Amino acid sequence: MTAGGDEFEFLCRMGDNALVLGQRLSEWCGSAPALEEDIALANTALDLLGQAKMWLDLAAEVEDAGRTSDDLAMKRDVMDFRNLLLVERPNGDFGHTMTRQFLFDSWHVEMLKELADSKDARIAEISAKSAKEARYHVERSAETVIGLGDGTPESHSRMQTALNELWSYVGEMFHDDEVDMSMARSKLAPLPSNLRSGFDRRFRKVVEAATLIPPTGAYAHLGGKNGIRHTEHLGHILTQMQWLQRAYPESEW
Amino acid sequence: MSDNGRDSSVHERREWPLWEIFIRGMHGLNHRHVGSLHAADAEMAMKNARDVYTRRNEGVSIWVVKSRHIAASSPSDKGPFYEPSRSKAYRHPTFFDIPEEAGAM
Amino acid sequence: MYAQMVESTASDDDPEKLAAFQARIDAGEKIEPKDWMPEGYRKTLIRQIGQHAHSEIVGQLPEGNWITRAPTLERKAILLAKVQDEAGHGLYLYCAAETLGVSRDEMTEMLLEGRMKYSSIFNYPTVTWADIGAIGWLVDGAAIMNQVPLQRTSYGPYSRAMIRICKEESFHMRQGFDIMMKMANGSREQKRMAQDALNRFWYPSLMMFGPSDGDSVHSSQSMAWKIKISSNDELRQKFVDQTVPQADYLDLKIPDPELKWNQDKGGYDFSEPDWSEFHAVLKGNGPCNSDRMKARIRAWEDGRWVRDGLMAHAQKKAAGKVAAE
Repeated sequence: MTAGGDEFEFLCRMGDNALVLGQRLSEWCGSAPALEEDIALANTALDLLGQAKMWLDLAAEVEDAGRTSDDLAMKRDVMDFRNLLLVERPNGDFGHTMTRQFLFDSWHVEMLKELADSKDARIAEISAKSAKEARYHVERSAETVIGLGDGTPESHSRMQTALNELWSYVGEMFHDDEVDMSMARSKLAPLPSNLRSGFDRRFRKVVEAATLIPPTGAYAHLGGKNGIRHTEHLGHILTQMQWLQRAYPESEW
Repeated sequence: MSDNGRDSSVHERREWPLWEIFIRGMHGLNHRHVGSLHAADAEMAMKNARDVYTRRNEGVSIWVVKSRHIAASSPSDKGPFYEPSRSKAYRHPTFFDIPEEAGAM
Repeated sequence: MYAQMVESTASDDDPEKLAAFQARIDAGEKIEPKDWMPEGYRKTLIRQIGQHAHSEIVGQLPEGNWITRAPTLERKAILLAKVQDEAGHGLYLYCAAETLGVSRDEMTEMLLEGRMKYSSIFNYPTVTWADIGAIGWLVDGAAIMNQVPLQRTSYGPYSRAMIRICKEESFHMRQGFDIMMKMANGSREQKRMAQDALNRFWYPSLMMFGPSDGDSVHSSQSMAWKIKISSNDELRQKFVDQTVPQADYLDLKIPDPELKWNQDKGGYDFSEPDWSEFHAVLKGNGPCNSDRMKARIRAWEDGRWVRDGLMAHAQKKAAGKVAAE
């Protein structure tokens, strides 16, 4: 266990999710299907980067080891990252990106809603602010999933493919582990498994409106949020993201 | 077909329609025209307007109107439309001289 | 600037109408979309605003190149917000051009087919992080010189777009200079990157203003129409005079041995950029022309199914509503 204990672990999970997904979305900047979408994606990415900073600031504070949020973002290696596997999946086409976004947002709103009641006032405060952003994110990603699912035969088939491909990364969001249980016991965070019904309600509604077939597989890839086994993609994300800090250590930017 | 092998004529034009965006900057003010954007439908236009035109905290309420639904006065109407009102100075409060003794009015 | 060497189209309209139109412009009136305007005015504006819009969109690419590698969380957010603003500026400008009877899709196709241009500056690569500083400091600095006066341009929608853009741009140059300050005062390697960025971006920045107007008929027509406000040389001189003291402050050296203060003219004497390089870049032979075009073409073509999909959905929804009524 790292210094700072379960709360530090948990804060890194929240921060790393926002950071890695924000990083992924920022890859789209300048190449989205329309200018309006380009601007909207950047807004979501900016919200997430802002959230990442808040969570990692708090993580650094809780850890109390003299590290900053930038140290956490730019100087940890893959095995110390605590994000869900879902958010490190490559962007794929725009439909794939928006499906990943919708799946994450649908979990994120439920999580943040509960976290706004955390016993730790600092967690509650960050969550309340982030929840407002996440509610807009899910509204937008849901509408896009519906529009493209229902759109043309081509867009429908691309969206179905994306959903099928990403489905096995959904389960990790609701998987309870030691850290989660400890956080729940201390009334600092909800048990992830309790968020599933809220997720399912929204998911069913949106997928039906999108005329997509909900995948049924129960298999869930695990290993992101506990850092035990990330996908190969995370290393490449970090290679880019951390390059300057690694190549020129001790520099001010 | 152009030099680089692209041919736009084969694509059916299905451009998202243009929308005019009106934003209420603060509670109590009128909505003001801020610009336009493209969107497939009104819901999307609303969201796009939020993302494009309120990035710096500019609004509390948004109206979107399809550009082609706006009927605009034509410049040649300028004379008949606006000039007659110039001769009705009595509509403006400064037209009347009220003695100071009468108080605020 | 972002619109370089825009050709003006002569008009063969009724001389009386032309005179009345010119009188309105001379009186400082704004021309609005439904007003009568000479065909040449309309066409020149489409070229100029379109070129400006394309420059914003292509201009996203060199800076976008560093978003995923920005060195801190804050720098990443600032850069993303800035490049996003550029998309916004492109959007405002396309909308302004659309009031002249050309659609955004048409303009996009013209760009991708090489029938419309964008600024030469975006065909240069961003190879180190200091380039992001140099772009904000020099390229945005040069752009602002041109955009501030354009707020007074005669065409209403263009003028309003420029007002909005100038308001938003105000942080762009500052963030660039802020990066340069950090780099110039940083480690030896950082300082080297900063100097190298200035070396590479100095002359391309001077080229942004376009060659000397001389007695170009295009320029004088555009100036009479108030769609070009200042001459290229005037703006370039202003830019150099503004930038030299800033470089001194950073303790960086402008790569021009001829650069010196000229007391008589109250400005700096400086070397002209290599105009043959400028023309080569405009012809498509800049270091990044083909990469930039490929990136735009790919975004456009990869996005088609998305644009069509969302449109098809909207049409189904609308048909459903009509059927239900």
